[in-house]
Amino acid sequence: MTVEIRVRSVKPLRQTFGHIARRFGDKPATRYQEGTYDLQSEVNHHYKPLWDPEHDIYDRRRTAIQMADWYALKDPRQYYYGSWTIARSRHQEAADRQMEFAEKRDLLRHLPADLQAALQRAILPLRHFEWGANTNLCFVSAYGYGTALTQATSMATMDRLGMAQHVSRIGLLLDGNTGSSLVEAKRLWMEDATWQGLRRQTEAIFVLRDPIENFIAQALVADALVYELCYRRFEPLWTASQGAGVATLLDFPLRWQEETQRWVDSVVKTMAAESDANRKTLQGWVDSWRARWNAALAPLAAAVLGESGGAAALTAADAALGARLPKVGLKTTTTPAATPAATPATQGAAA
Amino acid sequence: MSAATDTGTVTTRPPVFIALQANNDTIPIVEAIQADNPGAELLEFPGMVKINAPGQLVIRRASIEERVGRDFDLREMQLNLISLAGEVDETEDQFILEWKNA
Repeated sequence: MTVEIRVRSVKPLRQTFGHIARRFGDKPATRYQEGTYDLQSEVNHHYKPLWDPEHDIYDRRRTAIQMADWYALKDPRQYYYGSWTIARSRHQEAADRQMEFAEKRDLLRHLPADLQAALQRAILPLRHFEWGANTNLCFVSAYGYGTALTQATSMATMDRLGMAQHVSRIGLLLDGNTGSSLVEAKRLWMEDATWQGLRRQTEAIFVLRDPIENFIAQALVADALVYELCYRRFEPLWTASQGAGVATLLDFPLRWQEETQRWVDSVVKTMAAESDANRKTLQGWVDSWRARWNAALAPLAAAVLGESGGAAALTAADAALGARLPKVGLKTTTTPAATPAATPATQGAAA
Repeated sequence: MSAATDTGTVTTRPPVFIALQANNDTIPIVEAIQADNPGAELLEFPGMVKINAPGQLVIRRASIEERVGRDFDLREMQLNLISLAGEVDETEDQFILEWKNA
């Protein structure tokens, strides 16, 4: 008996959804494309939001930025829910190992008292900065337009809670799981003079009504300066005399920021390339928030690294942001706002 | 010789091929191969994509990375590799298939 095996191939009628095929042609689509493009509803909004009768529930007019196609703001990392959770669980495993390393050796509690205090004063209050960033990105997710942007910002909100946890865990390593360092971190954030600039600017972003200005202020300007200053420039404080122990814990936020800034830069670049009007608006936002955050960070940098060391570190952090701007089509002409002591003094003189 | 195949002209060298599973992971790889090898021919089967190329087939890491939006290790391709024909010349940056002695 002979058995004849024949291959029978059935051509699928269509390779992907109609709305994806209309954009990219009828060929197999990636999951990112299927999970992103044209997902948000655009028409037939039956219910006007009563809390904002001027606008529809999703509305392009909430921002000064104009885009012919908001789906041009795609995420170069191509994160949809699945790929994002997989990537983040890998990051979490790596961060857990670093934490475990520090915990087993009790690295932080073997630090000299003054360096423990510096970690408390310079790093731990950042958990409240992260919470603020979560709130700000929630606003962008809620009022931004198009799934390409709002899905990425939604994932970023959760990233920020994760980062707040990372900082909290550093605190728990420091205080032997009592939580006292976290109470102190909250007090510093609420009351300590060196942190009030950061808190003020974080809260200033809370009350913005333009989601894209919010995105620029938080994700482009504030994150670039805060991460570069606090996690990179403060680091020698501990590593200079104590080896790389603390650096293993501060490394994860930096790598997260490196990954995230690729997405932020790509979004800003696309918006700036869309039109001169966009470019002008973005430039105005960047310049004003860059000056404000530089001024806000100056007292913190000075308190942690000393007057001249702090000013140099902040200038270096600002230069890193400045180097990114031409790459996204913006100018970097503004000089950083002020030297640490100058801001209050000049304000005083003006008054 | 390789310059000639890059422009897609027909050569007399024996063809090479690579067959990959047709899934979400291989879409960017296949796109990269098509972009880098204009002379290659794409055959779609149920669950499989076979790419024939006259003489030489080049798979570049940079081209794949551009499409996946992250760092890519060419060895990841092995997870979805069904079969190939040709001598393999593999570095971190590219994976070349050709019959060197033919």
